[in-house]
Amino acid sequence: MENMLTQTAARPLPTGAPLTATSQPVIHLRDIEKVYQTKTIETVALNRVNLTINKGEFVSIMGPSGCGKSTLLSIIGLLDEPTSGVIELDGRPVQSYSDKELAYLRNQKIGFVFQSYHLINDLSVLDNVELPLLYRAGVGGKERRERAYAALDKVGLSARTNHFPSQLSGGQRQRVAIARALAGRPEIILADEPTGNLDSVMGEEIMDLLLGLNQQEGTTIVMVTHDEQQAHKTQRLIRFFDGSQVS
Amino acid sequence: MLLSYLKIAWKVLLRRKFFTFISLFGISFTLMVLLVVAAMFDHLVGAHAPETRLNKMLFVNFMHVKWTGGGNMNSPPSYYLLDKYVRPLKTPEKVAVYSNFHSTPSYVGNNRIDLDLKYTDDVFWQVLDFAFHEGKPFGESEVKSAARVAVINRATARKYFGTDQGVVGRTIEVNQTNYRVQGVVEDVPAMRFSSYADVWVPLTTSPNDLQRVQLHGDYAAIIQVKSEADIPAVQAEFDQMVKRVPLPDPKNMKYMEMHADPLLASFSRQLMNPFTNYSSDGQAVLFSILSCIALLFMLLPALNLVNINVSRIMERSSEIGVRKAFGATSRTLIGQFLIENIFLTAIGGLLGLILAYVALQLIGGSQILAYAHFELNWRIFSCALLVTLIFGVLSGVYPAFKMSRLQPVQALKGGSK
Repeated sequence: MENMLTQTAARPLPTGAPLTATSQPVIHLRDIEKVYQTKTIETVALNRVNLTINKGEFVSIMGPSGCGKSTLLSIIGLLDEPTSGVIELDGRPVQSYSDKELAYLRNQKIGFVFQSYHLINDLSVLDNVELPLLYRAGVGGKERRERAYAALDKVGLSARTNHFPSQLSGGQRQRVAIARALAGRPEIILADEPTGNLDSVMGEEIMDLLLGLNQQEGTTIVMVTHDEQQAHKTQRLIRFFDGSQVS
Repeated sequence: MLLSYLKIAWKVLLRRKFFTFISLFGISFTLMVLLVVAAMFDHLVGAHAPETRLNKMLFVNFMHVKWTGGGNMNSPPSYYLLDKYVRPLKTPEKVAVYSNFHSTPSYVGNNRIDLDLKYTDDVFWQVLDFAFHEGKPFGESEVKSAARVAVINRATARKYFGTDQGVVGRTIEVNQTNYRVQGVVEDVPAMRFSSYADVWVPLTTSPNDLQRVQLHGDYAAIIQVKSEADIPAVQAEFDQMVKRVPLPDPKNMKYMEMHADPLLASFSRQLMNPFTNYSSDGQAVLFSILSCIALLFMLLPALNLVNINVSRIMERSSEIGVRKAFGATSRTLIGQFLIENIFLTAIGGLLGLILAYVALQLIGGSQILAYAHFELNWRIFSCALLVTLIFGVLSGVYPAFKMSRLQPVQALKGGSK
C-alpha cells in the first residue's frame, strides 16, 4: 500500500517555528524502493516510499535502527541510487542524470551533516569548510576563504580556523561539519543523526544551530534522529518501520 | 585546488611513513639504475669529445666472412682492405684509418707502466676533435716518413714524465721504440674504443706488414661525410665496393660482408648478429630488447605501487565519500589521486636523480673504466622525467579508477560493497 504524503503526521508548529515554509515541493519521492541483494538473501531497506518535502520545511525522520531512514536520506541526497522509483528535485526527475550532473546538484543544492562528522583529518578546519566551494566553478580562492570564514563565524568557530579536526571536541567537530554544509549556501541540508555522538548539552547547541538556519535563512532541513525531544522541535515528524513510512 | 591536493598528498606521505618509504625506495632505486644505465649508454655512444661530430661519421669496425664449409669469421678489417678499397671511395669527405689499441709495456726507471697504444693516420686527427693541452697532432708528412712522433694523453704525461706541462719535445719509450712527444691531449674515456688510447703514433711506424694482402686484421676506419644527407649515398657506394672486393681464398670463402655504420649501429650490428645474422644493423632488435627490459624493470615497482596505492586510497574512502557528497565528480577525484601520485613519484624521481648522480660519481671516481666521466645531461634528465611520469600514471590510474566507481554512500561506509 502506498504511503502518501497525506499520511504523515500534521503537527502544530513549534515555538519560534519558521515563517519560511512554503507549499512549493523541493524534494519529491515516488514509489522509492531500495533492495540490497546478496547471493543468499534479499533485504528490503525501503518499501515504496512516497514523500514530499516543501521548500523551507524542517522535517525529522525517526525510527528504530535499520528501518531505512539513513538509506532514505542517502537517496534524497543523491549519494545512493534507489532500486526503483522516482526522485524529483525542484520538480525534475534525476534518475537519468550523469555522474557529473549529480555531482553538480550535490554541490549546488545540498549540504550534508553526518553523525560521525566525516571531516578530512589531514585538512585544517578552514580547508574542510572550503571543500564544497572547491568544486564550484567560478569561486576563486579569496571568495572561498571569505565564505568559509563567514560559515565558521556562524557556528562560532572563527577562532579555530587553523586547527585540525583531531584538536577539536565532538561538538566543535560537528559545528565544523555544519559550517562546511553551510559554506556552499545550499537550499537543502540533510543531517544524519547530527547529535548522535554528542552529549545532551552539545546536542542542544547543534539543534539550535539547525533551527536557526531553518528559521532565519529558510534552509530546508531533513534530519534523521533518535531523539524524540529534538524531533518534536521540527515542523514535521515522519516515522519509519521496516523500510516503510508508518506515520 | 592544486594546492589543496598537494597539502593532502604531503600529509598522506607523512602519515604512512613505512608505505611512503617502500614507495619512494621502489621509484628512486629503479630510476637510479635506469639513469646509471642511460648515462653509461650515453657515455658509450653519445656525441662526446673527441667524437663530437657523430652525425657525420660512419664507422667500419668489423668484417664478416662466411666459410663455404659452414662457420663464420668476425674480425676487424686489415689495413690493406681499408687502404685499398675504403680510402679511394668517392662520396666520403674524409677517411681516417687507425688500429685498435693494445696494451704495451713502458718503463719509468725500473717501474713498468702499461700504456694503450694506437697507430693512426693523419686524417684521424682531422675527423676527431681532440682537445690539445699542448703541442699538435702529427701530419701527413710525418705519417709518410714514418716519423717517430707521438701524441700522448695527460695521464700518460703525468705517469711517465711526472708532469703534463712542457713535455712536448721530450722522448717517450713505448713498445721498445722511442717517440718524440709532439702533442698532449685531454684523456679520452676507454669506452670510446675508436678514439681512445694513451699513446697515438703514426701507423707507418707499426712493426707489422701493413700491405699484407688479407681481409682480416686489426684496423678500423672512420668515414666522415659532408652532411648527414650524404650518408645513404656513402653507404650505397660502400656496399657496392664490398661486393667488388676479391676473396683471397674463393674456394673456402663464400662471401665477405663489411658495413659502414653510425656508431650505435656499428655496435648493434655486432651485438645483435645472433638474431639478425648481419642482415640489418640490429638497432631495431637492440631497442626492442632494451625497451622490454626497461619496461619489465619498471613494471615490477609499478605493480607494487599499484598495490600500495589501492590500500592507501581505499583507507581514504571516507574522504572520497565526503568529496563526492560535496560535489566532486569521479573524474575530479581521479585527477586528484593522479596528481598525488605524480607528486609522490616526482619526489621519488628527484631522489632517484640524486642517487644516480652519487652512483655515477662513485663509478667515475673508482676508475673501473679508465678516464670515464659520466654526466647527467639534459637528455638523461628528460628521460628520467618521462620515466617518472610513466610511473606516476601507471601506479595511479588503476586505484584511482577503482575508487572513482564507488557510490558515495559506499565510500562513506568505508568502501565495502
